[in-house]
Amino acid sequence: MTTTATWTRKHLLGLQELSREEIELVLETAKSFKEVSSRDVKKVPALRGKTVVTLFFEPSTRTRVSFELAAKRLSADTLNITASVSSTTKGETLLDTAKNIEAMSVDAMVVRHGTSGAPMILAEGLNCSVINAGDGCREHPTQALLDMFTLQEKFGRIEGLKVAIVGDILHSRVARSNIWGLTKLGAKVTVCGPATLMPRGIESMGVQVSYDIKDVIRNSDAIIALRLQKERQEAKFLPSMREYAQLFGINAVKLSEGKDGLIVMHPGPTNRGLELSAEVADGKQSVILDQVTNGVAVRMAVLYLVLGTKES
Amino acid sequence: MGLLIKNAIIVNADKIGKEAQCILCENGKITKIAASIPDGNHEIVDAKGKKVLPGLIDIHIHLRQPGREDKETIETGSRAAVKGGFTSVFCMPNTHPVIDNAMVVDFIIREAERVGLCNVYPIGAITKGQNDQELTDMAELKSAGCLALSDDGKSVLNSRLFRLAMEYAKMLDLLIIEHCQDPLLTAGGVMNEGDVSTRLGLKGDPGIAETVTVARDIEIARYLDARVHLAHMSLKRSIDLIRAAKAEGIKVTAEACPHHFVLTDEACASFDTSTKVNPPLRSKEDVEAIKAAIADGTIDCIVTDHAPHTNEDKEVGFDGAPFGLIGLETSLGLTIKELVKPGIIDLRQMVDRMSTSPARITGLKSKGAVKEGLDADITIIDENREWTVTREGFVSKSKNSPFVGWKLTGVVEYTICGGKIVYRAGGV
Repeated sequence: MTTTATWTRKHLLGLQELSREEIELVLETAKSFKEVSSRDVKKVPALRGKTVVTLFFEPSTRTRVSFELAAKRLSADTLNITASVSSTTKGETLLDTAKNIEAMSVDAMVVRHGTSGAPMILAEGLNCSVINAGDGCREHPTQALLDMFTLQEKFGRIEGLKVAIVGDILHSRVARSNIWGLTKLGAKVTVCGPATLMPRGIESMGVQVSYDIKDVIRNSDAIIALRLQKERQEAKFLPSMREYAQLFGINAVKLSEGKDGLIVMHPGPTNRGLELSAEVADGKQSVILDQVTNGVAVRMAVLYLVLGTKES
Repeated sequence: MGLLIKNAIIVNADKIGKEAQCILCENGKITKIAASIPDGNHEIVDAKGKKVLPGLIDIHIHLRQPGREDKETIETGSRAAVKGGFTSVFCMPNTHPVIDNAMVVDFIIREAERVGLCNVYPIGAITKGQNDQELTDMAELKSAGCLALSDDGKSVLNSRLFRLAMEYAKMLDLLIIEHCQDPLLTAGGVMNEGDVSTRLGLKGDPGIAETVTVARDIEIARYLDARVHLAHMSLKRSIDLIRAAKAEGIKVTAEACPHHFVLTDEACASFDTSTKVNPPLRSKEDVEAIKAAIADGTIDCIVTDHAPHTNEDKEVGFDGAPFGLIGLETSLGLTIKELVKPGIIDLRQMVDRMSTSPARITGLKSKGAVKEGLDADITIIDENREWTVTREGFVSKSKNSPFVGWKLTGVVEYTICGGKIVYRAGGV
């Protein structure tokens, strides 16, 4: 893949607004950064002297650590802040909190927030770069980018691939970012999950809807299984977790119906026995750990591009 | 000494005057309308080139006092009302404490009189504390000055209690105003459920939360032969239900807000929390249906649902922000720009929806028209002048408007309440 695009964005808020060329540029840039992580000395001086803050209003281990490692491998200084939403409701607005952190000369803020649109508010009100690490049910752009990077690595292309996203589509920012990104790059996307967890009008985003996991397995090149939050049963979206596992869980028997080369992905952390059986999660078709590895490279690329723009 | 309006082209709901008239206001009443009235020692207002309307009446606003004086007070809200051309406003009872007893009603009426800008009519609650458990002392509320009751902000969800409320209010000839929304169906939605909410990842409020309640209330009104007024209708399907009910002779009336006939749910893509309103902004199809319903009278009145909120309350992200936007100062300009200028309604119909019908529905018999013997509540407008909405321009204590930067058509030149000039474009 070659691309002639140049990066002009100060922020990465979502994949909705990115062009195909911009997405390809991130993936291309990530390729060279992946090599850095395989070296004995896993560090390049690209962002020396820069300060990257992760500001997470929701718990996360994987994404936060991935961003932190990405920043460190680019020689940036990092600081992790876990903010409770309650501190921002005690008279201090979200923007106030962020401005206080920015005032300590921060170059990039990596933000996760439970409210859709929160990173937009910050991007508008702050001078530093804002990178969205997940907002509400809206977008989780770096997760989708690392998913696409992984697909590109395994298949050598994304154009024409049949990718299924399975699970709680309604509440999934991973699903939405992947839909934006994958459709822009020419993949055919099917979403599959219980009707009560399928957002109204999802077809308008350019995807097909299926409720038949067996059919989806037979017709896909790759399946992205989503994490099912236990609260969904409490909120009555589902009769039981057991029935969910039977209808939409992926096990070895169901998977054996798939094409040769079918791969299984998951943004983690996996509920073993629910959305994926243990043997599938650990099996040959699973690329879950590759996704984690690629996450660091993709986030290095994003930090590098976004902070590089501000300089020029 | 009275107030004499000269060169007045009078617009009433039944007709637009052809010849310029003089209007004499004395002791709070319109005492004489004639082709010529001597100046005498009257205060003179020249209405040349303008239109003279009965004072606008908004039967659905929130004044926040008592309780949230940081958002709005009776004083600042009155100021916003008269700037918007309103001489009478009805304030909803979701204050702290709730308007569910005579003492709170009395406080609001006295404070409004002290401010002395416009008539403020407190709407009493249907249930004590708006808690959907016990009916308020409705007769006491009526004798304290309430003309209408509502649990606005939420529905009376308990259908039996709502039936009892309608029956009891009918006995007292009190208007019941219902906020139609089943919270179990809304389930925490923050915008209209549809393509846009799916794209934005925001929790959707399905239209059926409104329409099932509209249908229920129409059925109860039919059963009891009682009247019910449905607040802030936002959907084509609600309009269809109301139109059919009216055709059947059921005593249902309804209102709609400018934001619901001007904006669609696409406006929420800005994540501007002033677009977060309850009921939510809907689809293009709904917007068109509301416009048509205002034109054919299925929607009886235009109201603002003026809902002031501080920046601190609103700037917490879309999920956490409270619902509501301010509307008193932009209602006329939006109505003229979006309905009158495109020819959907004429000025006469606008007067009906913004003054005459609200007066009729709430039982204000001496308001809603510019006629001899009626109250001297008069709004003088220049319906052709354009102006731009600015944040700084709002006199409301809160600034949560999605229309900042918009160019609107129609300026209030004078607002006259009880024969007294309470607002003039150049300053009182």
